[in-house]
Amino acid sequence: MDVTIPILILSIPMFMFVFLGLLGMKMTHKLAGVLGCLGMGTVLLLSYYTAYVYFFSGAPEFVNAAGERLQYLVFDQTWLQFTDKLTIKIGFLLDPISAMMLVVISTISFMVHLYSMGYMRDHHGVYEHGFQRFYAFLSLFSFSMLGLVVAPNIFQMYIFWELVGASSYLLIGFYYIKPSAVSASKKAFIVTRFADLGFLIGILVLSYYTGTFNFTELTSVPVEGIAGVTQIDLGTAEGVRGIFANSAAPMFMGASVLTWALVLIFMGGMGKSAMLPLHIWLPDAMEGPTPVSALIHAATMVVAGVYLVARLFPLYLMEESALVIITVVGAITAFYAAVVACTQIDIKRVLAFSTISQIAFMMVSLGVARPEIHEGLGYMASMFHLFTHAMFKALLFLGAGALIHAIGSNDYTAMHGLRKYMPWTHITFLIGCLAIAGIIPFSGFFSKDEILSSCMGYDWVAYIWMSLVAGLTAFYMFRLYYLIFWWKEHKIPEGHHAPHDQPWTMTLPLVFLAAVSCVAGFIPFGNLVSWNGHPYDFMEHFDWSVATVSLIVALLGIGLATVMYRKENSLPEKFRNAMPALWTWAYHRFYWDELYMFITHRIIFGCVCRPLAWFDRHIIDGTMDSFAAITNKMSDVIKPLQSGQIQMYVWYYLVGALALGGITVLCLL
Amino acid sequence: MELTAIYYLLPALFMFCCGVYGFITRKNMIAMLISLELMLNAVDINFVVFNRFLYPGAFEGMFFTLFAIAIAAAETALAIAIIINIFRAVRNIDVRSLNEMKF
Repeated sequence: MDVTIPILILSIPMFMFVFLGLLGMKMTHKLAGVLGCLGMGTVLLLSYYTAYVYFFSGAPEFVNAAGERLQYLVFDQTWLQFTDKLTIKIGFLLDPISAMMLVVISTISFMVHLYSMGYMRDHHGVYEHGFQRFYAFLSLFSFSMLGLVVAPNIFQMYIFWELVGASSYLLIGFYYIKPSAVSASKKAFIVTRFADLGFLIGILVLSYYTGTFNFTELTSVPVEGIAGVTQIDLGTAEGVRGIFANSAAPMFMGASVLTWALVLIFMGGMGKSAMLPLHIWLPDAMEGPTPVSALIHAATMVVAGVYLVARLFPLYLMEESALVIITVVGAITAFYAAVVACTQIDIKRVLAFSTISQIAFMMVSLGVARPEIHEGLGYMASMFHLFTHAMFKALLFLGAGALIHAIGSNDYTAMHGLRKYMPWTHITFLIGCLAIAGIIPFSGFFSKDEILSSCMGYDWVAYIWMSLVAGLTAFYMFRLYYLIFWWKEHKIPEGHHAPHDQPWTMTLPLVFLAAVSCVAGFIPFGNLVSWNGHPYDFMEHFDWSVATVSLIVALLGIGLATVMYRKENSLPEKFRNAMPALWTWAYHRFYWDELYMFITHRIIFGCVCRPLAWFDRHIIDGTMDSFAAITNKMSDVIKPLQSGQIQMYVWYYLVGALALGGITVLCLL
Repeated sequence: MELTAIYYLLPALFMFCCGVYGFITRKNMIAMLISLELMLNAVDINFVVFNRFLYPGAFEGMFFTLFAIAIAAAETALAIAIIINIFRAVRNIDVRSLNEMKF
């Protein structure tokens, strides 16, 4: 494959960022937006073309004779050479998951670019302040995310990982005059940065032992005859495990060093993917503009953690304990976020917690994936769910954005009964809700069902637990849906006109994503993505009993939501009063933020930082201040010596020279 | 009586001391410049004398002196130019009036 298109995919968004960032203020708002959309549209076409060529051209570098998908290194350029061994490269790796991610990112990013043309202006058509900056940041984010998914080595991934973090920070804090947005952006940056510390240590441990950053050298074997082509192979991962096992110190604090490295790398993923207990930044990140929430905090950046684990999946297979940790963290997070989502009243927060819950689904799916369980169905299910979730969650967020745009509030107690006023939004939002709830034939049904099937193959506890969460998902999504679109008649405030559907730039992405959510479930995903590239028909592993159960659970959730929220009644009130403690805890998100506040303010700031600050202010600063004061005093004393009278200076010189001469002579004598 | 080096060095020392005295005590800048020249010439005499008596076959000291004289002439021209400019600026060449350059 030619290198031009991959280079263009990365450089167009980069160029748009620099161009709009530097020259945006010189052009009109509309021109900047159109340019941003055109740039992203080009990337969209190029990405689709690349994915098409990768999956369907059948070229020998993409697929072997047995039909197994290969990894193809399009280019790999040395970027920083520190020593002979320590070299950092920048490259472009094409394999099933990166090709799939190219499609996801470019699609959602283009939809968000288009949508923002309508969203980022008020009802009189006036564009928001900083509109050009917004597009510049969106381009920066797209560039970083694309660079992240195509990274052939873990260090490039880390660089782009930080870049997406930085662009997420910039976009959350887009309304930088709003104090809540500023503190949310700082919180997101600090929490993910803290997690990335673990990621960095994990990278260092892994590369220190194995002597390589390249994913392919950790997980794959080269294919004979074609340069740059590799194939996933468990033997390589076993070799890596052997390196760790035969090293001087294979164990550290009761676990093998490889486990530590993998868990630390997973910690980076926990931060980005908002797993418990590093999830606290994501609900606050909703302070950013809604299209940003759709793009970064629902569809693309937050799944980077899942993607990271999937990238290193053969290594994770080597350490059962690391996978168990992933499963447990994911399962707890999924349940926690689903419970919290049932009580929130801010529409975007509900969606944020639902995102956390769904990403946890993907994590669990990876955690339970084993080659011997349905040929590694969990891996494929995770990637499938990533794909479908990106589409329907972006749809839900963009729909929420349309509602917020129309009503002017995030609080859905102000919405109610909007189905007559905003029919397009209503239909597309309903499709999104059905997809996430897992109703056949919408996309979420298929991906979630495969996750449940692989859980079933792994352990029945995991299966029941995740089915319960799936039921909760259906319940809280339909609670949200009914409260927005039904519940009671919409009361139009005095002096306002009735809420209405949005311009076409906002409707088109909604319709497109809704259409994708309807049909994406029928994509034969197993043929495209699997853990070792080996294609298989997942319908063979499609368990109709699991499907029926999960459908029944989802319908039960929807039914409960219908009873409670379709028409205004006192059932929710009774429910709340029946379990006041649970409700209060869930409403306050189980006080995680307060716990963090307590730990950081009371313990870290109070017990560690304050004494350190005292030491710094009094001992270190005091020493330096006294040096300065002494110097000052001394200079006051000797200042008169510099009188400006040349002949005085000659006197000093003469006396000094004679004294030195005299001393010399005395010493010589 | 044989003329030894001391017969040259003592007058040179006397000249040097006169130069130092003059440089410190005279307030007129021209007079200070003359004192400076006196010191330079005393040093030149020392060069010649040491060359003549310690290394009779060599000429380095002589040449060094010739250069020192040439440079002293140039330096004097420069100093005179500075003094004239100072006079134009403050109508005065008293060194005590030039005490702007202090702390």
